[in-house]
Amino acid sequence: MSDDYKENITPLEAQSSESTTESSDSIKDIDYVRPAEVADQDLYHGHSFITKWIFCQDAKVIGVQYFLTAVFTGIVGLILSWLMRLQLGFPELVPFITAEHYYQFVTMHGMIMVVYFLTALFLGGFGNYLIPLMVGARDMVFPYVNMVSFWMFFIAVCVLMASFFVPGGPTGAGWTLYPPQAILEGTPGAGLGIILMLVSLSLFVIGFTMGGLNYLITVLQARTRGMTLMRMPLSVWGIVTATALAMLAFPALLVSCIMMTLDKVLETSFFMPTILKAGEVLDYGGGSPILFQHLFWFFGHPEVYIVALPAFGIVSDLISVHARKNIFGYRMMVWAIVGIGALSFFVWAHHMYVSGMNPWFGFFFATTTLIIAVPTALKVYNWIITLWKANIRMNTIMLFTLGFIVTFVNGGITGIFLGNVVVDVPLSDTYFVIAHFHMVMGIAPLMVIMGAVYHWFPLVTGRMLSEKLGKWHFWFTFLGAYSIYFPMHYLGFIGVPRRYFEMYDSPYVTSAVGMNEFITVAALIVGLSQFIFIYNIVVSLRIGKPAGRNPWKANSLEWLTPEVPPAHGNWGEKLPVVHRWPYDFNVPGAKEDYITQTTPPSEVLGAEVEKT
Amino acid sequence: MSDHTLDKLPGGYKGMAADMSSDQTTFKGVQWGKTMMWIFLLSDTFIFSCFLISYMKGRASTVVDWPNPSEVFALHVGGVPVPLLLIAIMTFVLITSSGTMALAVKYGYERNRKKCAWLILATAIGGLTFVGMQAFEWSKLIHEGVRPWENPFGAKQFGSFFFMITGFHGTHVSIGVIFLFIFARKTFRGDFDTGKRGFFTTMKSDYVAIEILGLYWHFVDLVWVFIFAFFYLW
Repeated sequence: MSDDYKENITPLEAQSSESTTESSDSIKDIDYVRPAEVADQDLYHGHSFITKWIFCQDAKVIGVQYFLTAVFTGIVGLILSWLMRLQLGFPELVPFITAEHYYQFVTMHGMIMVVYFLTALFLGGFGNYLIPLMVGARDMVFPYVNMVSFWMFFIAVCVLMASFFVPGGPTGAGWTLYPPQAILEGTPGAGLGIILMLVSLSLFVIGFTMGGLNYLITVLQARTRGMTLMRMPLSVWGIVTATALAMLAFPALLVSCIMMTLDKVLETSFFMPTILKAGEVLDYGGGSPILFQHLFWFFGHPEVYIVALPAFGIVSDLISVHARKNIFGYRMMVWAIVGIGALSFFVWAHHMYVSGMNPWFGFFFATTTLIIAVPTALKVYNWIITLWKANIRMNTIMLFTLGFIVTFVNGGITGIFLGNVVVDVPLSDTYFVIAHFHMVMGIAPLMVIMGAVYHWFPLVTGRMLSEKLGKWHFWFTFLGAYSIYFPMHYLGFIGVPRRYFEMYDSPYVTSAVGMNEFITVAALIVGLSQFIFIYNIVVSLRIGKPAGRNPWKANSLEWLTPEVPPAHGNWGEKLPVVHRWPYDFNVPGAKEDYITQTTPPSEVLGAEVEKT
Repeated sequence: MSDHTLDKLPGGYKGMAADMSSDQTTFKGVQWGKTMMWIFLLSDTFIFSCFLISYMKGRASTVVDWPNPSEVFALHVGGVPVPLLLIAIMTFVLITSSGTMALAVKYGYERNRKKCAWLILATAIGGLTFVGMQAFEWSKLIHEGVRPWENPFGAKQFGSFFFMITGFHGTHVSIGVIFLFIFARKTFRGDFDTGKRGFFTTMKSDYVAIEILGLYWHFVDLVWVFIFAFFYLW
């Protein structure tokens, strides 16, 4: 092994851009960076339209492909939420929404938004685009596998969408797909719908594994010279930790999907207990539905952090750049991300307090759940301290990051309610839960995504988005989302149950009807205001102000490519050499208010930079 | 300042800290593909763990008795039931194929193309034999009436878990066998010596690929040891 490695060394030293031979002994060169360890990456450059834009091996194009596919599914999810809200706010206004359809909308909305929209967008979209650029790699380490990863995801989305058109429609079992009802007759889509859902999820996991291996290895083994782990932007930390979680959590989903598919197709009884239906005993018997819940939530809870951690990372970068100040407690932020990631594997059964498991088990999981509040609160304090006395630019991006902090704190606090067994039991399956997780893993990450799009759009397209439209978009979205989810806390407190198609003559109707109508109107407005965003993107693509190089005066590598937008291979002739972390803003003694990561120490001799 | 030669790196915890805090690579001198295979295997470990834990849960909570493995899996030799006979042979073959794989990796790095190729071929044949014997065992059980959805010897989950988990493992072995045959051909042809580019990936071939495939193969064998213990010895 080691022999094989040593043979590569001679050409490498010759290739490294800075000489290492003479200077090292006589004078300690302050700009010294270790020479390259790994040979420059061998890339396949596509020439035809198909190899450049469709079956493309460039991580940046794959990132955009992921982004667009995920946004498409997101729009489908948005429309489904409109239909649900219409039914809840104005029952029987839309005649074609039957109870069955309502359950199908609930299920597909949940699954699409969590897995096919947010996960794919953060890891597939932002991960692919940003990781190689931010760590100074030419591309992902396995470009071919990366391409296959996207196409697997694409097929998974096609299979999922196909389930809308099969007899019986998509599954209506709720996004958690709990057996036994998910595969028994009487549940909408219990025939082909659930099978397609399970197949689609399995394909998603396979595709994601290919992408995830790329993200992890690129960060671990393909950083540029000088790029230590503790000099990486927090975006990369968030995305890569989330990827590590996904690599360990998705197996549980894959296994539960395989077992449930067998339960459905071959009538095995992994999850199916003895069932009496209309006086007849079904062929099933002896299985454990709780086993499914454990497997599902062993995936499901890390999944929450798979969505949240990239958002944490990206928002840290956005705050730092647009407040012109270094992120407070960078190392603390990194360890908080890693710690939250590790803890997230020990909290899954807090989703199962009312499943009938042993109460002492619930006690354990309540404790671990509340421990997660510590690193999370650290992060929130650090964001706020970063803003304190900062030179804040109140642009659209900053508005979205502030919106994120507010909604995230709001959702986090309700999480502390729900993490305690005794408080959770009466609130289980009410709108309080809906309000909680939409605030914390719906609106908050969405705020980050939108901020991130305004931030990186100039990099991807070379043009700026309209600030004016952006501000309208922000206020509609932020105030609108609050109008939707804040009242839902109250609905939950008075006991309105979730997933009910209609309240009929229950006492909830009288007190909740006005509020439900209000929420529905707000939801329609928020949904429509997203088209401002889409309009902004489409128009700015053509007539947006040219962005030029590094329009936000950021420090991280993605803005420092020789060409903007970056070309295939990212860095032209020579890879960048990194001398510092990406947060040197407003350094005392420096000429400008930012020092890019590639600026060597000899150029900023008087500045009191952080030692990184 | 050539601190990137492997033998000059500090060892132990200090070395680990130095690697983690250094630039470029976290695992010094480990190729991308090899890192990828290790992390993939970690992920795959979680898949098999989920399967086996589900199996334990299913077996522990069933109300009908679990069939006795020494009877169900016994082979009749001259009318006498010999427990664990077939499975002992299967396990022996698979573990032996791990040995030939390890030798293939060694000869690969020694650039001994012929020996390396023959040993890969031997590994592939070992794997194929294993899959063949597994097919024999499956058909024997199916003839006796065991199905994923029913089992004449006791709890119906026995059939479900047995076919699912050994099937999933057998798929891993089969994929491994396919790659072993491809690699045997590539080695015979000398792709790893000439650095010929891959058909799909257009990446240069390198002898390290044999070690990476070897990692996968050893992992599949290791998983089999656990399946063997949990299904046949429990």
